[in-house]
Amino acid sequence: MLLRILSTVFMLFFIAACGSTPKDTASSSDAGTITETSSVSGGVAGGTQDDLVINVGDRVFFGYDSHDLSSDAQEQLQVQASWMKQYSEVSLTVEGHCDERGTREYNIALGERRAQAMKNYLIGLGVEAGRLSTISYGKERPAVLGSNDAAYAQNRRAVAVVN
Amino acid sequence: MKKIKILFFAILLLFNSNSLISEELEIGISQGSVKPTPIAITEFYSNNLNAVKVGRDISEVISNNLERSGLFIPLIKESFIQNNESLNKQPRFEDWKIIKAQHLLSGNVNIDGNDFIVKFKLFDVYAGKMIVEGGYRVGKNGNDWRRVSHIISDEIFERITGEGGYFDTRIVYVAESGPAGKKQKRLAIMDQDQANHLFLTDGSYMVLTPRFSPTSQKITYMSYINNEPRVYLYDIEKGQSEIVGDFPGMTFAPRFSPDGKKIVMSYTDSSIGNSEIYVMDLMTRMDERITNNPGIDVSPSFSPDGKKIVFNSNRGTRQHLYVMDVNGKNVKRISKGAGSYFTPVWSPRSDLIAFTKVEGGQFYIGVMETDGKNERMISKAFHVEGPTWSPNGRYLMYYKQSQTFTDSEGNVKSGGESRLFMIDITGYNEREVITPLEGSDPAWSPLLQ
Repeated sequence: MLLRILSTVFMLFFIAACGSTPKDTASSSDAGTITETSSVSGGVAGGTQDDLVINVGDRVFFGYDSHDLSSDAQEQLQVQASWMKQYSEVSLTVEGHCDERGTREYNIALGERRAQAMKNYLIGLGVEAGRLSTISYGKERPAVLGSNDAAYAQNRRAVAVVN
Repeated sequence: MKKIKILFFAILLLFNSNSLISEELEIGISQGSVKPTPIAITEFYSNNLNAVKVGRDISEVISNNLERSGLFIPLIKESFIQNNESLNKQPRFEDWKIIKAQHLLSGNVNIDGNDFIVKFKLFDVYAGKMIVEGGYRVGKNGNDWRRVSHIISDEIFERITGEGGYFDTRIVYVAESGPAGKKQKRLAIMDQDQANHLFLTDGSYMVLTPRFSPTSQKITYMSYINNEPRVYLYDIEKGQSEIVGDFPGMTFAPRFSPDGKKIVMSYTDSSIGNSEIYVMDLMTRMDERITNNPGIDVSPSFSPDGKKIVFNSNRGTRQHLYVMDVNGKNVKRISKGAGSYFTPVWSPRSDLIAFTKVEGGQFYIGVMETDGKNERMISKAFHVEGPTWSPNGRYLMYYKQSQTFTDSEGNVKSGGESRLFMIDITGYNEREVITPLEGSDPAWSPLLQ
């Protein structure tokens, strides 16, 4: 939950930095409640990567050596699935990533499992399988640098990227 | 006489390493020690001014090779009494006994047309006799003389230690550069002494985990070209690469079979998402799935007889090492300790399996017998992984990544660097293998043909 709050704060900061008026999202402390998002929100076009990152949330996080979706992650993906239904022309590549505390080869396999877990959950929520593909980067593309638990937690992730 | 000496040397090694292993157990790392042999490596003599420099260079390459092995101490040239011209005619063993050289290498270089003729003689100083001699013809241009230096180094190493050589070999590895988190990763190759360094890919796409063919100048590796992570085959002589197989999902963690005719690797069917082990025949291009388990199966490595495969799986509670027949039958777990085990590699001598281990937040490189007995750790670091064997089974190379420290804004202050290291498998003589950029995923070639 801490991570979600952090990422929300980050998003708000990002929006503020863009100089736009975040009418829809600023009123909410939860990045998940974007039901009132119109096709243009926070100055970004709907159905784009920016829209996904700012108004929906593009990623979910995993525990150490795990590809299980937590309840937070599931909640996040429900929002993402609604967004996918709203923008039916959008297709996504789901990237699986790991922290640095494993070997390259094992982490490539684990990253793929994380990406698959996210993909399969979205399919379970009614997103067409043909709109989702996966790729694993293992530990090669950390989101946050640093050899510490906070960084590792941010790096154990699956991230949706609009194709 | 020579046989006796070699035997004595081998016993000395065994005795020293064993006795120290038991003493060092409390820190978990076995550090063997050996008594390196003092050897006088003289500059190869030439009366032709155009060959004097290469004579000196050959001697230097051999000296550096033997010194890095940890089994020899090349004596400093300033201590030599007999000069090279005189030595070239006949060694005065008394002069070499005084400086306590057990062995003496002499050689000469002559020019014949466009070639150097390089000859060497290795002497046992105390026995007062020659052990081995040889001669090579090599083109004057370029630095082919370096290969001759490595071949002579191997002759010396083999004659004195009784083990196979490893100097006339190359290393392929991943050269890393650029900002942390976005490092460019390129295939690079170099001689084992770091000379003749060459990049094989341009860095426009990421490559990982290269491995040498045991029989040809080919490399298999994983590439992210076109954002499709797949196993590729690179022909060093032709400078060409091709994809291995036509798999609809990710293929990775490749290694050659001992005969070089097959590649074993992991494949993740994108409709399932689980990694299983496949063997691909490079001639027929037929593939065969050999594991079928809901766990992650990864990092396969053939036994030198080609009959078994050791691999890494998280079936069960944690990551462990398993051995199976090449058809996937008779799967047996071999790792028994606490912690998690990764990246097993079978020694070319058949006797040992090297691996990466993670326990209590520390990373280790270790070796165990092929049934999992007598596990011992030989290197320990914040992060160390991916061992590769020298072709004589005496040394391991791997890479370490240092801990990354960041400031309050998440910018890297220090660390996060990857470097190659090698070590004697007794746990003795660990040293960095210097590369122009950062390095990871080293793989040792067989002895060159």
